[in-house]
Amino acid sequence: MSIENLGFETINLGHGSGGELTRDLLDKIIFKTFSNPYLDQKHDGSIVQIDGKMAISTDSFVITPIFFKGGNIGELAVHGTVNDVAMCGAIPKYLSLAFIVEEGMQVSEFVKVVESIKKAADESGVLIITGDTKVVERGKGDKIFINTTGFGAMHPKANISVQNIKEGDAILVNGFIAQHGMAIMSEREGLEFESTIESDSTNLNYLVNDLLDEFGDKIKLFRDPTRGGLGTVLHELANDVSVGVDLREIDIPLEKQVAAACEMLGLDPMYVANEGVFLTVVDASIKDEVLALMQNDTKGKNAAIIGEITLEHPNKVVMQSLIGGKRIVSPLVGEQLPRIC
Amino acid sequence: MKYLSEYRNLEATKKLLDELHKITTKPWNVMEICGGQTHGLVKNGILELLPENVRMIHGPGCPVCVTPLNLIDKAVELLEQGVIVCSFGDMIRVPGSKKSLLEAKAEGGDLRVLYSPIEAVKIAKENPDKEVVFFAVGFETTAPANALSVLHAEKEGIENYSILVSHVLVPPAMEAILDDELCTIDAFLGAGHVCAIMGIQEYVPLVEKYKIPIVITGFEPLDLVQGIYMAVKQLEEGKQELENQYARAVKEEGNASAIKVIQTVFEVGAREWRGIGEIPNSGYVIKEAYKKYDAETKFGIGNIKVPENSKCIAGEILRGIKKPIDCSEFGKTCKPSNPLGAPMVSSEGACAAYYHFSNNTI
Repeated sequence: MSIENLGFETINLGHGSGGELTRDLLDKIIFKTFSNPYLDQKHDGSIVQIDGKMAISTDSFVITPIFFKGGNIGELAVHGTVNDVAMCGAIPKYLSLAFIVEEGMQVSEFVKVVESIKKAADESGVLIITGDTKVVERGKGDKIFINTTGFGAMHPKANISVQNIKEGDAILVNGFIAQHGMAIMSEREGLEFESTIESDSTNLNYLVNDLLDEFGDKIKLFRDPTRGGLGTVLHELANDVSVGVDLREIDIPLEKQVAAACEMLGLDPMYVANEGVFLTVVDASIKDEVLALMQNDTKGKNAAIIGEITLEHPNKVVMQSLIGGKRIVSPLVGEQLPRIC
Repeated sequence: MKYLSEYRNLEATKKLLDELHKITTKPWNVMEICGGQTHGLVKNGILELLPENVRMIHGPGCPVCVTPLNLIDKAVELLEQGVIVCSFGDMIRVPGSKKSLLEAKAEGGDLRVLYSPIEAVKIAKENPDKEVVFFAVGFETTAPANALSVLHAEKEGIENYSILVSHVLVPPAMEAILDDELCTIDAFLGAGHVCAIMGIQEYVPLVEKYKIPIVITGFEPLDLVQGIYMAVKQLEEGKQELENQYARAVKEEGNASAIKVIQTVFEVGAREWRGIGEIPNSGYVIKEAYKKYDAETKFGIGNIKVPENSKCIAGEILRGIKKPIDCSEFGKTCKPSNPLGAPMVSSEGACAAYYHFSNNTI
């Protein structure tokens, strides 16, 4: 998109007023980028048809910095919600898209975010069908906040529920953990360190769909361990259904550079945020086939079986350490804080 | 990963643990000084792999845990005065008498979490119309960087930078623990990182005076098991020596340039320890020549004094007299989400380490 022809370089309060400037912003950037039959109706809302059961999920994105290695807030806002819908066992179809922009944001940055949203939506096979743009005074936002809501049609073979989980079920993840959180951490003010760690932000819906096509209701659960990381999500799982989780530290996929960065900052990768990671709990009889299918997909090539469901220690996640000891993995409290020394 | 994976090796650790089981014939109490070691022991599940006769007692070496309550209140006061306060991450959730730094931030205070005090000097340079204070806590390990930040500020003529100092020293703390009549400690694992800065010579008098083995120990699972093994071996053989398990990082003479930086800015003086009280010659204070970088003097907050929470037994835990699970509040009213005292906040704190990782908690 050529920014020179837009006629404005920064976004001001007028762009959120609902008047001519708002129309300008919408026509020249939003409608032009996301044009599709639903959005082009330019109604107050969008009228769509989805047959059967639906999954709906909403999420707000407030990340600093908005541009980081491996992505930006725009694609994150698509991937995050698309993945949440996919984790329900649904095929994401539509997204709503709402911006809260801080006055003074450079239009060039805004356009970059919008173009990333478009690219991520296309790659995920979803259409932006309705949206909103508000502008707040300088100091009352952090450049840009984005909310997306996703709508998906349930996969006909899906029967995703924690209630289906039983003793012996296997727990798998699709790849390296902690990449996204450490990529963001490496660029935060005051914590900058040199690394080539990139966010793993990506859409997981096609891999999830392939797994459901192949294995149907033998897949008990999908979860994406975003904030709070793998440790927190597993702890929630154990508590939701009063089962225990046994993990093996040695099997948890962790890229060397991410491991080193966690060591340096004193952070536990089990609690660092992910964006392109999901865990799945499957019937033990299919675990090797599930692993093989995942490893054949670009988004699962580092997949691993990391543990099992047990009834021996209900509500507890117990991890066997590299040296054979055992420890409880408890949920994260507040933000994970870097240690002094 | 060199220097890490080798020290997390299952086979090597198991072999050493087997040896430890073989040589242990009597009950021994071994204190690991450093909070990083406590964290390593619990996180790797080492405690349950030790012989029943070897009991680990968690020492006072968590900088967050020994920083007295009134220092937190002083930092909160600075935030409320509009000063930019910069801090290491795990200090910010420690409760003060009224609020934590994090709560003061939520109320509008300008709090920055940093890894390096040098960053704070940069912030001072970029904000010449604001005062910037670095919350300089820690043992000998963090002292060189904190002292260096003062030297940087001096060199660049930065007048709006100062440090709120709560530096404490390991050897006087060990001496205070050994002088306590309730002390049951048979051997120490010395704090590896502290000794990487200071060297090991200052532990010789302790070994001689108290006839107690001290093994300077690292932080990886194999380091910890080897340190415990060396300590127990001495005890079983009736020896009391200073040994260095962590020789790959700790030189006998320490790090000369780091010590020089410390000695330029700081001198040894009395310090208050959370839960222990004031110990003479147990910390660093800013030398007269650098007083203008001392936030307590600069902002007139030296007189803030507050009592500790009476329900919290942090003092006894830090002295190794009680374990976290001996506390009636542990896991009940006192949790990481609502800590009564500092050892429940820092991931190195004995209480938090027990709460997060140990089997004894839920």
